[in-house]
Amino acid sequence: MTSVNHTASPKAEPLLRITDLTVDYRIGGFGRKRSFRALQGVSLDIKPGETLGLVGESGSGKSTIGRAVLGLAPVTGGDIRFDGRSITRLSKKERRALSSDIQVVFQDPYTSLNPSMTISDILSEPMQVSGTSKVDAQRRVRELLDVVNLPSNASARYPREFSGGQRQRIAIARSLCRNPKLIVCDEPVSALDLSTQARVLQLFADIQEQTGVSLLFVTHDLDVVRHISERVAVMRRGEIVETGITEQVIANPHHAYTKALLLASPIANPALQAERRRERRLFLDAQPALSTVAR
Amino acid sequence: MLMFILRRLASGLVLMFVISTATFFLLNLTGQDPVRQVLGPVASVEQVEAKRQQLGLDEPLISQYFQWLGSAVRGDLGRSWFTNQPVGELLSQTLPPTLSMVIGSLILAAAFGTLIGVTAALRRGRLDRGLQVASTLVQAIPGFLVALVLALVFAVQLRLLPATGFTAFTESPAKWLASITLPVIALALGSLASIALQVRGSMIDVMQQDFVRTLRSRGLPERSVVVKHALRSAAGPSLTTVSLMFIVAISSSVIIEKVFNIPGIGTQANNSAGRGDLPVVLGIVLVTVVLVVVVNLLVDLAQGWINPKVRVS
Amino acid sequence: MTDNLVTGTRKSLDVVSAAPQADNLIKKFLREPAAVISLVFLALLVVVAVLAPLITSYDPTATRLADVLAPPFTPEHPLGADGVGRDVLANLVYGAQTSLLSAAIVIAVSLLIGVPTGLLAGYRQGWIDGVSMWISGALLSLPAIVVLLVVLARVGRSTSLALVVFGILIAPSVFLLIRGSVRAVREELYVDAARVSGLSDIRIMVRHILPVVITPTIIQAALLAGAGIGIEAGIAFLGLGSSDKASWGLMLNDASQNIFNAPWLLLWPSVALVLTVMACTLVGNGFRDALANYGSAAGRVKTRKAAKEAVSTPQPARPMTKASAEPEDALLVINDLRVSYPRPNGEKSDVVKGISLRVERGQILGLVGESGSGKSQTAFSVLGLLPGQAEMTAGTLSFAGADLLGMTPKERNRLRGARIGYIPQEPMSNLDPAFRIGSQLTEPMQHHLGISAKAAKAEALKLLARVGIPDPERVFKSYPHQVSGGMAQRVLIAGAVSCNPELLIADEPTTALDVTVQADVLDLIRSLQAERGMGVVLVTHNFGVVADLCDQVAVMRNGEIVEVAAVTDLFTNPQEEYTRLLLDSALDSTSKTTTAPSAGSDMTTETEGAR
Repeated sequence: MTSVNHTASPKAEPLLRITDLTVDYRIGGFGRKRSFRALQGVSLDIKPGETLGLVGESGSGKSTIGRAVLGLAPVTGGDIRFDGRSITRLSKKERRALSSDIQVVFQDPYTSLNPSMTISDILSEPMQVSGTSKVDAQRRVRELLDVVNLPSNASARYPREFSGGQRQRIAIARSLCRNPKLIVCDEPVSALDLSTQARVLQLFADIQEQTGVSLLFVTHDLDVVRHISERVAVMRRGEIVETGITEQVIANPHHAYTKALLLASPIANPALQAERRRERRLFLDAQPALSTVAR
Repeated sequence: MLMFILRRLASGLVLMFVISTATFFLLNLTGQDPVRQVLGPVASVEQVEAKRQQLGLDEPLISQYFQWLGSAVRGDLGRSWFTNQPVGELLSQTLPPTLSMVIGSLILAAAFGTLIGVTAALRRGRLDRGLQVASTLVQAIPGFLVALVLALVFAVQLRLLPATGFTAFTESPAKWLASITLPVIALALGSLASIALQVRGSMIDVMQQDFVRTLRSRGLPERSVVVKHALRSAAGPSLTTVSLMFIVAISSSVIIEKVFNIPGIGTQANNSAGRGDLPVVLGIVLVTVVLVVVVNLLVDLAQGWINPKVRVS
Repeated sequence: MTDNLVTGTRKSLDVVSAAPQADNLIKKFLREPAAVISLVFLALLVVVAVLAPLITSYDPTATRLADVLAPPFTPEHPLGADGVGRDVLANLVYGAQTSLLSAAIVIAVSLLIGVPTGLLAGYRQGWIDGVSMWISGALLSLPAIVVLLVVLARVGRSTSLALVVFGILIAPSVFLLIRGSVRAVREELYVDAARVSGLSDIRIMVRHILPVVITPTIIQAALLAGAGIGIEAGIAFLGLGSSDKASWGLMLNDASQNIFNAPWLLLWPSVALVLTVMACTLVGNGFRDALANYGSAAGRVKTRKAAKEAVSTPQPARPMTKASAEPEDALLVINDLRVSYPRPNGEKSDVVKGISLRVERGQILGLVGESGSGKSQTAFSVLGLLPGQAEMTAGTLSFAGADLLGMTPKERNRLRGARIGYIPQEPMSNLDPAFRIGSQLTEPMQHHLGISAKAAKAEALKLLARVGIPDPERVFKSYPHQVSGGMAQRVLIAGAVSCNPELLIADEPTTALDVTVQADVLDLIRSLQAERGMGVVLVTHNFGVVADLCDQVAVMRNGEIVEVAAVTDLFTNPQEEYTRLLLDSALDSTSKTTTAPSAGSDMTTETEGAR
């Protein structure tokens, strides 16, 4: 699953560099305002053609990083640089211009496609913004459907006629339509069945090989990360606790939380799982702070 | 919880202030000289001017307004320009008939509406279809039409109940009941249909919730699942409907009172507004807004009791 | 769970797609007879109103002393004349003009105010939303007729002014509707996706938000028309309307004054008024129903809910033998279990197709499969908690030697909670939000065990401590929303085992949990099972969970059991191709080197599902 890096030398500038990012959500409008810190001083970078896995449990802030990169989260502090320039605070117009470079695939394939639009309309919408002609857009729609292994006659249909895995393929096709440099993938396989999951992950890998796109891959599942990304960042409570090469982090986690996460994930093998269970008990007895009981 | 009540009260006070101010200036906006209206066309110019001074209408509008506001805050709503009766006294006379009708109709509508709505939601089928058809029909009939037909049948034809007038409860409870029966039914029908539909809808929603299935999985008796658990969750949206129905009932009572010739606040409003008796109209507007604020507060409190989330946040 | 009921279209990828959406909606509307008749009625009313001068030669407001209370059905006055000698037919016909005009004014004013403000407040939110919500709340808390009295008192009798004011007063209903729809759509991921695609706010509004808002607006307009016609009649009845215009309300006013000597005057305006208002409502309802039907075809979530409608214990038809045929002491015996749901087209869709299973006492059976495999339906069949419209049959369904099929719903209910426990999937949605956790635990215990409230509380506190809750007293007094998902799941587990059941049905008990919490919850289930010797049916899609907990595994696919095996056998030596395929798809460390199955496998893209 190594990506072919067309343009950049190993020492290349990162495509995305996040420095000391802080995000606060305001809760409760009008009158009394409180805020909730979703991210606290997070830094990471992604090189061209690379996949960074961002793993963490619910509420860890992993999705917020993705949303901040997309301009959908309120950034309170820090800096996000894309292709060498800061995109932390962009005007609406500048943000729109950036849409050809940064794209997204969301978790829920049921609400991420407008149910009243045909697949063709959904896929050509981003191209209309850039002023592509109708004929070119149609050709591109056919190409995209081919890339994600859907039949070309899918374009006249509505999302409801497709299964979850197929809809996720459509969402991936939409993200590809203007040849982005970075795709933010927000738990794109966690709503899918196991066998579908594997094939959609393979699709991501194939696409990356063909196009050299970078992926920021947000997931709660370390096993998914292992399959898709060379590097991983582990998040907990709005902070990154560990970053590194995926294989190394999994084989030899430095942070206790990463270890707890690894030991908690059950193995599909009764003997190995019994072993892991014992290991986990011993580990938690030594690290009572990481027990989930108090939560 | 206390903060919540205080906030609602503050919001209610702002509402009262805004509405009474708007009413005050609206009533003074255009139209005829109120003093000329009070005294009639034959009064002399001197008489008119004397009266104007007596009523304080020779002062600028703004100072009239602040004078009214000042005494209103102290509980003095002034006197009628026409009868010189204190407005407070007028209100205390006209409020009981109206409140008897409005509250009576709401109790009736809420009780039967809940019963019908719950049964329709649980049984579905024919009863449910029947409710849909009947409620569409009932909601299409204006209350005063129901009132006219009721009067025609029960008072004019059958002579079972009085067609007009109101007897105070303190005077004779039996006659009080007879005098408000028809108005209450006329007022209640529409609200009953709305409440039944709302209860039905929320009950169907709640019965599909996961927690209802889990309650059933615990082997609780069906009665407990439906009455104790599901109905309580369904009551929230239904209560909101009840508070809306209260406002509608106040509004409709103006017409119903006319049909049954009941000397309530609606009749008073109609008469006073017709001849431009500003202090009385202002008093009536103020008292209706107070009633609405109070009812909304009660409903909010009930919501808090039903839904602990509301209480805490 | 019942996804396959809904997404039965999955396999029809090559079937030509349905017609575009708007056409569909109109077609569905035309299938509602009441709505169509109402629409025709309203159209006729418009024609009558327009052609009024051709229908009658009378001036509706002209009074003639000679004609006072003239009887109906005469050539001169087909419907008679009223208390001041006005022709009733003329008033009826010209009254239609007034009524329709009133409807138009109210719709126009309230839409003009409500739609733009609703769009703005819903889309922009922030302070605009706060202010407009307050104003709308204030307007809604004003009794309409009292306000109209005040306004008309100053300006004098004017129907149109009254209707404009009424339109303003009722505009919040439009505002709230539009705002609500916009907010709902705004939350949808596809709007976020459109924003990321670089669409401007205006384009998003036009392409994604307006289409969603249009249909509810039409429905609301129909209801507003009814309200407008009603209020016009009310104003005229009170004598506040313009005196130079015919009106049904005015006719009713006159009729009420002559109620003793000419009650028939009441008839015509009443009929006209009621029919017209009702027609408006029915047209609105017709659109609403068409939309709802239409929505159920489109929205997965909605139909899933519909499938859960009217939950009750379905009485199973039972064509075959009694459980007594099984001599053994198995805890649960299922033979030839079938579950099906009726489809809208009259056919049945089978979700469980004749499966057989048995669970021994103290055994943990894993029921594993992908979405739509029928595993949850099997679990609910055992509990007797299938949705009302589900049809369930079985050769045998026996629990601890007792025949479940022959039991009355009451007898089934006595087993549930007491001898068969249930752990659901979603912790938060499975606790009653209105009750404290404590009372939700003690109520079944008091019911089944017949113990006092005090004893039940002591028992509940013990249970909470047992399931690993550090502060049982506090949690006992808490409401469900005050505890975390992991805690809530522990509470549900405590509830499931509170009456010492012999069988525990766990439906994806850890799927909604974080992985670290999942590990703890699995430990908890394991230790409770060991301690109490319960039999467990564990429904899951996760082979890791199976490996962690189960003794025996049944693999399900499309309502059938593919393979049943002891857990070690299944993982080391799967017999069926499908089992191997599923195991290979698992992404965990055992499959490090496995590449994902290619499109050439027997599971084609057509069946790609979501959980």
